[in-house]
Amino acid sequence: MSQNLRVKSSNFIDETSRISFKFNGKTYYGFKGDTLASALLANDIHLVGRSFKYHRPRGIMTSGSEEPNAIVQVGNDKAITEPNVRATEVEIYNGLEAKSQNCWPSVNFDIGGINNFLSPLLPAGFYYKTFMWPASFWEKYEIAIRHSAGLGRSPTKPDTDIYEHRYIHCDVLVIGAGISGIMAAKTAAKNNLNTLLLDEKNELGGMTIYQNSEKFKIDNKISSEWLNDEIEELKKLDNLEIKTRTSVAAYHGYNYLLARENLTDHLSKDEKENKVRQRLLKIRAKKVIVATGSLERPLVFNNNDRPGIMLSSAVKKYADYYGVICGKNNIFFTNNDTAYESAISLLKKGINVHCIIDIRENSNSSIVKEAQDLGLKIYWSHTIVDTHGYKRLKQISIMELSKDGQSFANSNKIVLDCDCLGMSGGWTPAVHLFTQSGGKLKFREKDQVFIPNKYPSEQVSIGSCNGDFELDEIIKNSSDILKDFLKIEKTGFDNMNVETSKETSKKNIWLLPSDKIVGKTKPFVDYQNDATAKDIKLALREGFRSIEHVKRYTTTGMGTDQGKLGNMHALGIIADTTGVKMGEVGTTTFRPPYTPLTFGTIVGRNVGEYFDIFRRTPMNDWHINNNAEFENVGQWKRAWYYPRGNESMYEAVQRESKATRESAGILDASTLGKIDIQGSDASEFLNRVYTNAWSKLGIGKCRYGLMLNEDGMVYDDGVTTRLGENHYIMTTTTGGAANVLSKLEDYLQTEWPELDVYLTSVTDHFATATIGGPNSKKILNKLIPDLDLSDENFPHMSFKEEKIGKINCRIMRISFTGELSYEINIQASYGKSLWEQCMDAGKEFNITPYGTETMHLLRAEKGFIIVGQDTDGTMTPIDLQMDWVVSKKKYDFIGKRSLYRSDTMREDRKQMVGLLTDDPNTVLEEGAQIISELDQTPVKMLGHVTSSYFSPNLGKSIALAVVKGGKNMMGKKLFIPMEDKTINVTVVDPIFLDKENKKLNA
Amino acid sequence: MFLINCPYCGERDQSEFIAGGEAHIERPKQPTELSDDEWAEYLFMRKNIKGIQFERWNHAHGCRKWFNMIRDTSNDEIKLIYKMGEKPPKG
Repeated sequence: MSQNLRVKSSNFIDETSRISFKFNGKTYYGFKGDTLASALLANDIHLVGRSFKYHRPRGIMTSGSEEPNAIVQVGNDKAITEPNVRATEVEIYNGLEAKSQNCWPSVNFDIGGINNFLSPLLPAGFYYKTFMWPASFWEKYEIAIRHSAGLGRSPTKPDTDIYEHRYIHCDVLVIGAGISGIMAAKTAAKNNLNTLLLDEKNELGGMTIYQNSEKFKIDNKISSEWLNDEIEELKKLDNLEIKTRTSVAAYHGYNYLLARENLTDHLSKDEKENKVRQRLLKIRAKKVIVATGSLERPLVFNNNDRPGIMLSSAVKKYADYYGVICGKNNIFFTNNDTAYESAISLLKKGINVHCIIDIRENSNSSIVKEAQDLGLKIYWSHTIVDTHGYKRLKQISIMELSKDGQSFANSNKIVLDCDCLGMSGGWTPAVHLFTQSGGKLKFREKDQVFIPNKYPSEQVSIGSCNGDFELDEIIKNSSDILKDFLKIEKTGFDNMNVETSKETSKKNIWLLPSDKIVGKTKPFVDYQNDATAKDIKLALREGFRSIEHVKRYTTTGMGTDQGKLGNMHALGIIADTTGVKMGEVGTTTFRPPYTPLTFGTIVGRNVGEYFDIFRRTPMNDWHINNNAEFENVGQWKRAWYYPRGNESMYEAVQRESKATRESAGILDASTLGKIDIQGSDASEFLNRVYTNAWSKLGIGKCRYGLMLNEDGMVYDDGVTTRLGENHYIMTTTTGGAANVLSKLEDYLQTEWPELDVYLTSVTDHFATATIGGPNSKKILNKLIPDLDLSDENFPHMSFKEEKIGKINCRIMRISFTGELSYEINIQASYGKSLWEQCMDAGKEFNITPYGTETMHLLRAEKGFIIVGQDTDGTMTPIDLQMDWVVSKKKYDFIGKRSLYRSDTMREDRKQMVGLLTDDPNTVLEEGAQIISELDQTPVKMLGHVTSSYFSPNLGKSIALAVVKGGKNMMGKKLFIPMEDKTINVTVVDPIFLDKENKKLNA
Repeated sequence: MFLINCPYCGERDQSEFIAGGEAHIERPKQPTELSDDEWAEYLFMRKNIKGIQFERWNHAHGCRKWFNMIRDTSNDEIKLIYKMGEKPPKG
């Protein structure tokens, strides 16, 4: 395709480097430096997408991140395709493929276009109003609505790109590298401040860098030349880091900002290879200078959305920066001087500008005079009442405005031919980041803008985002503000000689009148979401007043562009219609991110196995080599069960359980939390944190403890061993270790600072192998032949410090299975060796490694609880039938008082019971609900099953459950209704096996 | 994201800290002598102020020390940080 729409060479486009890309399947060419938008325009393509609701043909409207229309799908790879990308931000590269969105079968012929003709039937709130009844139909509506909702397509395969995070600390962060940003960065860096300068574009210099008018001069140089020299000097400064293609997404409190640095999206596939695609910068700046500039406003008139209707500044940028002509026959429509700059720039390039339509009565600024001198026709006091052309603008109709601007001076209508209309409704300061940081705005009546008022942190706004629009004001005010903000005497920009064209008149009409009645017009306010002035007025008529409500009802400002262009008009129309002042209407909340962020950038490297930390025990390799399946317990990877051959989990667990009770089993218990407690008040401390008494525990003895929250609910449990007079080691549940330590530290530091107690987490210091079963004594005897294992010397619930070979170990004779068992703790680095020695010693006894599932089954047979499985933060020890562990004598312990609250003493609380199924082979589902009446509506839920297994040692199904008033239900028949059947159960004591604890001393 | 000046470690990112609710709520010395209502007052009732609030914070991923903070909840400004056991300033 030819590119007959290029003008003479631009400084920013490399015409020697031709780039080929595909749009909607067709190949086109552009040059290095082009965006997808500029390259398409150079190929005379305006129609690039369809609007969301009415599927109206839409073209490229802007030249930056505020683009509402030209959003495209980039890439056709299932893993790295990206929807909703602004064509104005995509830098083209060889092999780029982009497609229009929200159209079918094609952007040129879109079936959804029918919605445009149905639009009288699709008012604001259409979905809310229409799909309300009958209520039961919602599920059917939803399918159809989901189909038409959303823009673009998400990738269907995992993202293959690499992302990362980086922390940056700086003295001064400058956001935006336009003229004021460059001044700020240079001033800060020259004053020995460590400075970071960010800009979302690939070039520095903002809008001034391509400003080639003789009317705007700084120090006798054309403003762009002056700025270019400044940038060259800037780049030589030492303590300055410059990042382009970097968009600040969020500005949080305490000057913490997030920015997305785009590293490879402008490169071809080969060049991207193995490079980081995007980087999330986490910036903490001592001072922030916001120089984000301003966004040109559109004008709101009937049919203001046709392809070919653009912002006047965009028409200028495409010509001056990219060397692209947007139309062969251009017209500008304005309420201020901006469009004159654009028109003159085009004229000087020999591009045809038919006329300027200006809603003002006149202007005598020098730039307007220049346009008149060039012979440009100006229609003063005129407005566009309609536009024509479906897929490309062909004509506009204009009429003369009445004095008040709300109607017309006469009924004469002039029709003008054009293929490109550049409109300018003035400028809106980009205060998004300022308000995100908590800044408050004030409204300036003079030119109808919101500008920063109160700064919540060490920051300042300069340039046009602070409401300075004239070149001389930008330079003088920026310089003054910088001096004050950086506490310096001079900026180097103190007395600049600036020539500029001053704007002398302004006129603002938020909704321009049409000769048609409002109901028959389509003056778009939010282009992407198809919200028109008509919709806003309807919302107001229906009683909506708050801007936040109007926004949600009409969806104004809720597209991917987040209302960057249209929000001011929405506010203006609300103010005009309701007779409230704009400053009082307020603005909607600007939320991060300023421009969309990819999920990849947010998660960075924390994907796949790096998503969270894994903790592995020293025996982990052995488990892997022995075919263990693992389960996640907190951050730990714990061996779950060890299937042999084709064994299922059920079969493996049955085998492991039986083997342990019949001979010997071994469990890796290294993950249990271990807290070393020392200090002269250690016993007193334990007295206060556990429900039972500790003072009389002898040295070398172990005791089970239950820890409550202050509300009386069970929080954690475990065995604590007294190692010495003032030395204990506490074990906690695997998942609760960190929280228990924090809780104990909290009490020590804040409630009982007088106690002499020191806590140290030693979970990772020890590896633990638990050998249990009737033959465990014989196995331990083989490992430590010298140790007297008699009940007299080493009774249940006691501890010995011994050596296995030359290695010290701590052995506790404690049991979570009800079997005789020994917990051997050894320095972590010897964990695997200990395990292998146990396996060797146990070989003749068929020692069977078992995982967490078998452990759970064995303890359930004994009716031992697991905190977090059988409890859920609403169970007291009394509810658990564990009164035996609660001291009646102790004056106080954490949670004691709560056990006597009227609520915790209720008889009908959920209480722990055992359940046996009438059919011993039926295993209940954990979580299943329990009822007592079969034909009750609504049925009363009594509780639920918390643990359930088939016990191979008892030959029947067993379960633990919590049931309202369960303590008094022994022997009662209850029901468990399932989807396909009802299971009959009987309430029993939760201890199913060896109530007399004979096995512990076998 | 606050920047918190830990009284033991100095200025650190908020992500190293956890908030621990309202400060200066002392655990009753003799809980058993309290009525249900008095105990519930200690156990459950917390202020949620828009404005100046006294809070407990813990440098959980640092020195693990608890300390007090006075924060304006309307704009997240940290007015003062002081150690556990120290009395809040008057006024």
